[in-house]
Amino acid sequence: MKGTFGRTVKLGISSLLLHKLRSLLTTLGVLFGTSSVIAMLAIGEGASEEAQEQIRQLGSNNVILRSVKPREDFATGASQSVRVLSYGLTEDDLGRISDTFPGVARVVPVREIYEEVRYSDRALNPRVMATLPVYREVTGRVVSEGRFLTDQDELGVSNVCVLSYDAARKLFPVSSPIGEQVKIGADYYTCVGVTLDHVRQQADSAGAGKSTAEVFIPLETGRKWYGSMQVKLRAGSREMEEVELHEIVVEVEDPINVEMVANACREMLSRNHKQGDYEIVVPLELLMRAEETKRIFNIVLGSIASISLLVGGIGIMNVMLATVTERTREIGIRRALGAKRRHIVAQFLVECVVLSVGGGLLGVALGLATPLVVEHYAEMRTIITPTAPLLAFLISSGVGVLFGIYPAWRAATMDPVEALRHE
Amino acid sequence: MTDSNSKPVAELVGVVREYRMGTNLVRALDDFSFTFGRGEYWAVMGSSGSGKSTLLNVLGCIDRPSQGDYLIDGISTKSLDDDQLSEVRGRKLGFVFQSYNLIPQLNVLENIMVPLFYQDDPPADGEERARKLAERVGLSQRLDHKPTELSGGQQQRVAIARALVNHPALILADEATGNLDSATALEILALFDELHAEGRTIVLVTHEPDVGERAQHVLRLKDGKIESVRRGQNSAAGARA
Repeated sequence: MKGTFGRTVKLGISSLLLHKLRSLLTTLGVLFGTSSVIAMLAIGEGASEEAQEQIRQLGSNNVILRSVKPREDFATGASQSVRVLSYGLTEDDLGRISDTFPGVARVVPVREIYEEVRYSDRALNPRVMATLPVYREVTGRVVSEGRFLTDQDELGVSNVCVLSYDAARKLFPVSSPIGEQVKIGADYYTCVGVTLDHVRQQADSAGAGKSTAEVFIPLETGRKWYGSMQVKLRAGSREMEEVELHEIVVEVEDPINVEMVANACREMLSRNHKQGDYEIVVPLELLMRAEETKRIFNIVLGSIASISLLVGGIGIMNVMLATVTERTREIGIRRALGAKRRHIVAQFLVECVVLSVGGGLLGVALGLATPLVVEHYAEMRTIITPTAPLLAFLISSGVGVLFGIYPAWRAATMDPVEALRHE
Repeated sequence: MTDSNSKPVAELVGVVREYRMGTNLVRALDDFSFTFGRGEYWAVMGSSGSGKSTLLNVLGCIDRPSQGDYLIDGISTKSLDDDQLSEVRGRKLGFVFQSYNLIPQLNVLENIMVPLFYQDDPPADGEERARKLAERVGLSQRLDHKPTELSGGQQQRVAIARALVNHPALILADEATGNLDSATALEILALFDELHAEGRTIVLVTHEPDVGERAQHVLRLKDGKIESVRRGQNSAAGARA
């Protein structure tokens, strides 16, 4: 019996090579099926991973309240040239949340300052945030150089600032910003630290580009120099905005209570802000929704994948049935020379498996290459999990066996007399 | 009727083979009993529809009698299943077909070895046997040629080598010279004479009288029955005492 299997495989390959083009075309179905499974899974995995990371960066223990400018019709009646728009979260909201809400660990207020940031001849419009030192911990900012804001800065109302890496890179392309004097609006601030960039949530459409440039200053300093009234220059008109707090980050002690706190915030805000000048972002809810979306996505991808592999398998079966008919005489000869049914089954099954495994291997190669290309040209993140190519390969080989069984059985059960008479 | 001084190679006992053609039942072999003795060289002749092909198929174990029994080398085939019957074909029989029937993907050496592939316990010296047979039929220089690269006569020589590789009890030839020109046909028939001289048992189906004349004995069929049996000692001396 030794060498029988090797010989069967060799024979199968040489039979397939007899019809090179046909064999190649047959493998294409499996090839594209396999590769599209891998590529789709990699791209889907990458996209959902990216979304989840953005959400996670917001802090899954946090509930984020934001001031939103109400729709214009609330401000009608004000004069066209100068108007004061008053909206948003207030210090009272902050107090209520931190004093009365159970399960809340820390509450961090954020004020945004609409000022340009300059150093030497370089200017930047980053998101300037006046906030407390705990902001770093609550939102998971990482300090890469120097330090973050401290309580001393807060108590001393110091003119210090911390730059995000993106802001630091743009203002100080070659040197370190630590200790340098940065001009925010009309005042000078000593730069004391640099944080790593933070991917901002896409829904946060705060403005120009997807800049991650951020500048942090102490909350008190911001309050002292800029008050709550800010002037925004806008296409010829001056617009006054009065916003006490732009953002309140509520950190919840236990993730179980996130939803409860979020609902409490919703209720409180809907009572006190009839004009709807706020929004609530609950990263945990977004995360759960994203995971649900991913699950559905994977089911859809899985079905598409199985359909494409099914089509590939049918292609193989179709060609093998034609091959069996075409080689009826050969089957008759082999049977007359002593081949048992199992030999004939093995012969055709091996051909199917060689076709599908060949297609599967090429498909895995193509499937691994496609995400790289996509990543390079479409700037999308892709993640190839090790199970995806393995799974795709195993399924494609299985498809070969499954769809080869019927043609092989047909070949094996032919009447030798009839088969020999076949022209 | 049996050749008394040797055990029969193939024995048909009351064989009936019926086919259904549409609504008609056709008896291709009708209560057919006959014995082919060891070392005999038979030509089976008859017009088309006489049942000679069916006889050959039954002798070759690729067709089964509807009734009766067929014994090959003393083995009753009546109760054998498909696998066992295949094994009998692989061990006891050698086939030579009219259209050679070599396997196109395989080269000469591999084609000769095919019957050995399928034996349950293939001999270890298969390749050696195949080389010797190739040499014997004059094709030792063409072992790695594919069938399409050979002439008809050469292909039939490969087929004869293939029919010998498993040391069969019975060699069956179906119009083995039908596709060959007369000179080549004579060469092939000379090869059969040689095999007969070596003591091999050969049954050759033909409708050509010239070919039939060269055989030791002639069996004529008509309507699935024996029309005549002509025993002779003329050809191929030495096989019979």
